[in-house]
Amino acid sequence: MLFNIAIKNLFGAKLRTSLNVFVTSISFFLVIFVSGMYDGMREYAKNITIETEVAGGTYWHPEYDSMDPRTFENSHSIIPNQIKKLIDQKYAFGVLVSQASIYPNGRIMPVVMKGITPNQTIVNMPTNVLNQHNDITIPVLIGSGMAKNANLKIGDSFTIRWLDTDRTYDADEGTIVHIMETENFKLDLGHIWIPLSKAQSMLAMKDQATYVTYSKNLEVIKDIEDWIHHDVDYMIRDMEALIKADEPGAQVMYSILLALAAMGIFNAQVLSIFRRGKEIGTLMALGMTRARVVTLFTLEGGLNALLSSVITLIIFGPVLFYFGRDGIPLPMDYTEMGMLVAKRLIPVYSFSLIVSTTILISIIVLIVSYIPSRKITKMKPTDALRGKAAV
Amino acid sequence: MENKNVINIKNLVKRFPIGRDYFTALQNVDLKLTEGEFIGLVGPSGSGKTTLLNIIGGLDSATKGSVSVLGNSMDNTSHNERAIIRRQYMGFIFQSYNLLPVYSVFENVELPLILNNIEKSEREKKVSQAIEWVGLSDKKNSKPADMSGGECQRTAIARAIVHEPALLLADEPTANLDAKNSHNIMKILSKLNSEISTSFVFATHDEKIMGYLRRIIHLEDGKIINDEKISKPKSS
Repeated sequence: MLFNIAIKNLFGAKLRTSLNVFVTSISFFLVIFVSGMYDGMREYAKNITIETEVAGGTYWHPEYDSMDPRTFENSHSIIPNQIKKLIDQKYAFGVLVSQASIYPNGRIMPVVMKGITPNQTIVNMPTNVLNQHNDITIPVLIGSGMAKNANLKIGDSFTIRWLDTDRTYDADEGTIVHIMETENFKLDLGHIWIPLSKAQSMLAMKDQATYVTYSKNLEVIKDIEDWIHHDVDYMIRDMEALIKADEPGAQVMYSILLALAAMGIFNAQVLSIFRRGKEIGTLMALGMTRARVVTLFTLEGGLNALLSSVITLIIFGPVLFYFGRDGIPLPMDYTEMGMLVAKRLIPVYSFSLIVSTTILISIIVLIVSYIPSRKITKMKPTDALRGKAAV
Repeated sequence: MENKNVINIKNLVKRFPIGRDYFTALQNVDLKLTEGEFIGLVGPSGSGKTTLLNIIGGLDSATKGSVSVLGNSMDNTSHNERAIIRRQYMGFIFQSYNLLPVYSVFENVELPLILNNIEKSEREKKVSQAIEWVGLSDKKNSKPADMSGGECQRTAIARAIVHEPALLLADEPTANLDAKNSHNIMKILSKLNSEISTSFVFATHDEKIMGYLRRIIHLEDGKIINDEKISKPKSS
């Protein structure tokens, strides 16, 4: 009985229902969209690291510590046989890391010089541009951030100075062959990329590498001598730690969004229920018990939430889908600030985000339907009939 | 055969708190109403007629005294118990109709039957009959906003009598109507009173409807000052 009356009330009051449903749907949309953007930003940082840097995982020279440049001098050796086989099969590529100095436009800049296999297709880097430059002494690939900092452009030459394996300083001329646009600042700022073979010959480290990156979905090799295997989880551990550290912040932001949505819903719902004080009084005069009146209005709130989620799906679903597919262009390049933020931010709407938002907003609607109707039914029916209900 | 007692009020007092003081709306009211009566509580504004009507209907409670309606004591009863008594035995007509704006005439009239859990087929029959009684068969799908005041009040009457209550309480039912509509409404009500065994109690100070009443109880300052039987009302 109450369900039928609630349905009748909901669909009978077209304007009132439309306004309530619209406010609730907007709240649904905004909470999911903004939280999705935030999740997307964090997810992107992880994905871009995997796509451009980590792939399936890496094998490191035992001395190598990517966070400590002092280890670079000693962190190189002949690549273990089993890993070398992977490289030969093009399932992996080696990188030789060393410290160097460059002298662009009369300045001195310390850099990390990395020799990389130009033909690799395992990570998303345009390393093939390092190929076929017989006329250039050292072809150099840099990121756009580095280019901006050093005021370099394609074709510019500068001196590179390095310390070889015999602890002898040597220098030669490098020429920019390409400036890559990458959203991973770790490949860009303070880095120069040269062909692996060139790096090996410059450093007198023939057939040597510092680490080897392998393709996704490959089995881990056990026989890697003293080299150390690091899987994806290890490689993105700092990213995961950042995300974890940011978790309370994300929760605060979600709560603020939800609170704002709740205020909107509360306003619309409370106003609508208090305007119906006389109707509640009439129902009580006709013999509806207080409990039934409260149940009726709470049920209406529940149906409102249900209708709102359907309307959100119909009206805002395509909008969410569009942004989820094409992303939103950001007005500035955050990589220069040392942040892994995409140039187009793609929101990620996780199942848990959608379910938890739906449940929480539905609970809010139920509460803001229950409380005012309960308050009105606590009044004397005579006062309710006179429309004396007030917030 | 003696008529059944519908309302039995003894020594009723109703006080409303005003700040630290009280306003006495009803003082030592004694009243008996038997089945099929058609009475009016008449008096100026503030005389206590609406308060008395609300107490009889269980919408308000007495400060002192006892009120029994259709054999049910209204003293010390819970809100729920009073709601059930209203739902089963009473009908209400309000000055401003109090129709639910999103419902059609049919749906408004159907509501008391839904609350009383009447089967759908029976509901349809009773609602059609009630709408026919008040002459609104051609308006059964109209919404209150699309109807005149007289039509709205006729809808409210149909809603009040659809479940054939033993007692119908009407608070200033003609106050918002013009003379023609007021007479129409009163004719409908007195006709219903003669056709069904429902007792009618009006709270009114509208001179136009007094001629239809068969008993007029005059109230002043919360006291019954006169209980007058009308030998030849207009309807007879």
